[in-house]
Amino acid sequence: MPQGIRDKVAILGMGCSKFGERWDAGPDDLMVEAYLEAMKDAGIEPTQLDAAWFSTHIDEIGTGKGGTPLSIALRLPNIAVTRVENFCASGSEAFRGAVYAVAAGAADIALAVGVEKLKDTGYGGLPVANPGTLNPQVMPNGSAPGNFAQLASAYRAKHGVSKEDLKRAIAHVSVKSHANGAKNPKAHLRKPITEEQALNAPLIAEPLGLFDCCGVSDGAAAAIVTTPEIARSLGKRDLVTVKALQLSVSNGYESQYNGWDGSHFHTARIAAGKAYKEAGIERPREQISMMEVHDCFSITELVTMEDLFISPEGQGWRDVLDGFYDADGGVPCQIDGGLKCFGHPIGASGLRMLYEMYLQLQGRAGERQLANPVFGMTHNLGGAPASNVCSVAIIGQEGA
Amino acid sequence: MVGIAAWGAYAPRLRLSRKAVTEANAWVAPNLKAKGKGERSMANWDEDALTMAVEAARDALGPDDDRSHIDSLYFASTTAPFADRLNAGIVSAALTLEKSITATDVTGSQRCGLTALGQALAAGGRALVAVGEHRKARAASAQELDFGDGAAAFVIGEGPGAAQFLGRGSVTDDFIDHFRGDDGGFDYYWEERWIRDEGIVKLVPPAIRKALEVAGLSPSDVDHFCFPSTFSGMAATLAKTIGIRPEAVRDNLASVMGEAGCAHGPIMLAHALEDARENEVVLVAQFGQGAEALVFRATGKGPRPARGVTGSLADREVETNYLKFLTFNGLVEWDKGMRAEKDNKTALTTLYRNEDMILGLVGGRCRETGVVQFPRTRISVAPNNPAVDTQEPYKFAERRASILSYSADYLTFSMAPPNHYGMVVFEGGGRIMMDITDVAPGDVETGLPVRMVFRIKEIDEKRGFTRYFWKATPDRAAIAARSAQTQAAE
Repeated sequence: MPQGIRDKVAILGMGCSKFGERWDAGPDDLMVEAYLEAMKDAGIEPTQLDAAWFSTHIDEIGTGKGGTPLSIALRLPNIAVTRVENFCASGSEAFRGAVYAVAAGAADIALAVGVEKLKDTGYGGLPVANPGTLNPQVMPNGSAPGNFAQLASAYRAKHGVSKEDLKRAIAHVSVKSHANGAKNPKAHLRKPITEEQALNAPLIAEPLGLFDCCGVSDGAAAAIVTTPEIARSLGKRDLVTVKALQLSVSNGYESQYNGWDGSHFHTARIAAGKAYKEAGIERPREQISMMEVHDCFSITELVTMEDLFISPEGQGWRDVLDGFYDADGGVPCQIDGGLKCFGHPIGASGLRMLYEMYLQLQGRAGERQLANPVFGMTHNLGGAPASNVCSVAIIGQEGA
Repeated sequence: MVGIAAWGAYAPRLRLSRKAVTEANAWVAPNLKAKGKGERSMANWDEDALTMAVEAARDALGPDDDRSHIDSLYFASTTAPFADRLNAGIVSAALTLEKSITATDVTGSQRCGLTALGQALAAGGRALVAVGEHRKARAASAQELDFGDGAAAFVIGEGPGAAQFLGRGSVTDDFIDHFRGDDGGFDYYWEERWIRDEGIVKLVPPAIRKALEVAGLSPSDVDHFCFPSTFSGMAATLAKTIGIRPEAVRDNLASVMGEAGCAHGPIMLAHALEDARENEVVLVAQFGQGAEALVFRATGKGPRPARGVTGSLADREVETNYLKFLTFNGLVEWDKGMRAEKDNKTALTTLYRNEDMILGLVGGRCRETGVVQFPRTRISVAPNNPAVDTQEPYKFAERRASILSYSADYLTFSMAPPNHYGMVVFEGGGRIMMDITDVAPGDVETGLPVRMVFRIKEIDEKRGFTRYFWKATPDRAAIAARSAQTQAAE
């Protein structure tokens, strides 16, 4: 068993652009916006950066491949820049690269920036991706909502939940996130919605309606990490440190072997189990103060409550309806609005989740500040239920 | 001695209400109003002559997926998807026939289905003949109402089989009742009265007489006379001319499916075989630059198809949306949206490298653990047992399966939205995330029994390439059996 990352790396600074339909900004502008905030927060100069990790998923619509888009946009001092890509979990990958570099001693201070400029396609929803040469000959002509919606049919069948009950539970997931997002000035979608609105919205992919789907947004987020010692030497107090960083990747078990039942994320359970162990957390339902999970669709968030071992299996929908994940519930989830309302610029999302946890742990979350959080967990998925990458990170008060 | 060992047929599930057509076109073609009765079979957007022929062939071959007994294949159609790519080669790959077979495309005339069958019978051996047709017709034309889409297939073998082959007669004459140029467009017809009196009445009887003469039979011996024609009473007129008993003239299925071009003679033959009793004589003929006639004697033996013509016609969904028919046939320029702008270029290298996987739905089975998977890979998917290089080809197309998870997707581009797809789990192992076709919202649920069908995956309009793959469709026979069981239990 590796010794793990717990308390070896501290967050020195973070930044996040305003998310949304940023007609005014290209990917460079978004990266600069997040980077300048993070640099100001860290209180360092560019020459103090040793290396950078850069995450963006879709290179076809403007941001570009390689490390150069970041280096040029930020005018970095010719340091190493590594582009990482792991579907919608790319942002967590950038963070992981920077944290591991610091933990390894290869860098004293490292930068992670994630960005996605989605609103240059001319239509709503995610851009149609380049599928390669084999997939389009065999895979369904599907979409992200169509792939994630399948969780609902399998969940209903496995747990004997009626269509109406599950639809109402996922509606509550979105109502809660809209209420939270309304309090976040950087969020894409800032209007509260009612359960009736969610239930009666046009169908996107059965049973998901419009309000069951997250925002398709432009945005960027950034983190600067270092060792706790260097952070202190730079005058930082009450450090937020990394407690766990786990990534589990599908190997075809779900999509090719008759074992998985289609109702949950095989990888999420593996990543969560390892993350709790790495962070020394034994009773997540009591110990986790708050979560930002990958609520690309309401049903994803609902099954994730069970995959992260917060709700018992088959009971997540009841916890949701009971308000356990609301801002005033037992484990507030998506306190910044989540992907649903803060928005989902793919390559930035993992870092955006950490940004909210970091602000909350520092008591800087303004109107939506929670009382005395100790551990914040992020859950960042990429791919589809049947084949995906799942990143789980826990950050918290140093020494907790 | 040679004969038809087995037969099968296919009619697409959709049946276009002719009334829906004539009412929509009454403003421009009031003369067609009288034709507004009954229904015609209508290919779904993902069906063509080739996919329908594959389904008919599967019906003829039965559920056993060992097809090594077939040593030659004939595919006949005047609407084959490729002018220069062996269409029979695609059929062969879909049916997982042996690479060593001979394969022939037969085309060029409405009688080409019977010509292919005649050639196969004359050549002997163990042949498969598959005939499919999907003709386009201009909006508000008579053909639009007369035509239907469909396919039939026959397994030819030594011995009398289900129907012993007795004789063949042919007439070849460049009589042009209609033609279609090589632009893949529409038929151009000459005057009906000339076609009937100077064409059919003069050119078909000599072919029939020749076939009967070879068989050593007289016209009055014929018990089932199959002759497709869109002219009412045409078969009866011919029967009278030749001396075939009027009660032998078979229904040409015009009211329930329309006329499926070169596949229609074969479809009528298949239909007759479903009804024929032991020792009854079946005569089939079709017109087209002359005529082709074949005579058989039914044996009352051999396997019967699971669906056949009767079963295919019973499995129907009435379509009253004429615009949908026009759209499926490419006759309406419609707004597909930006999501449809993706390039559907097919990497031919990738296709060939994965030929049995894509066209034949062949996966793998680990010979050490027995674990079944799709696709076949060097390292087994079996958890905790990643055996290397142990996979043998394993065919999925004829396996029973059911839905694990699904969605009806309104966002993604589809020719028939919402696009249904989901995880399909196979009895005996293996699963595939795949498209689900021939369904409407509300039809699909977890646990639904499905079967595999060979369909068009995409059409690359820019390059004229049709891409094929397999899809799931509700196994309506299994669903009916299940609900009968449930009712019996109650």
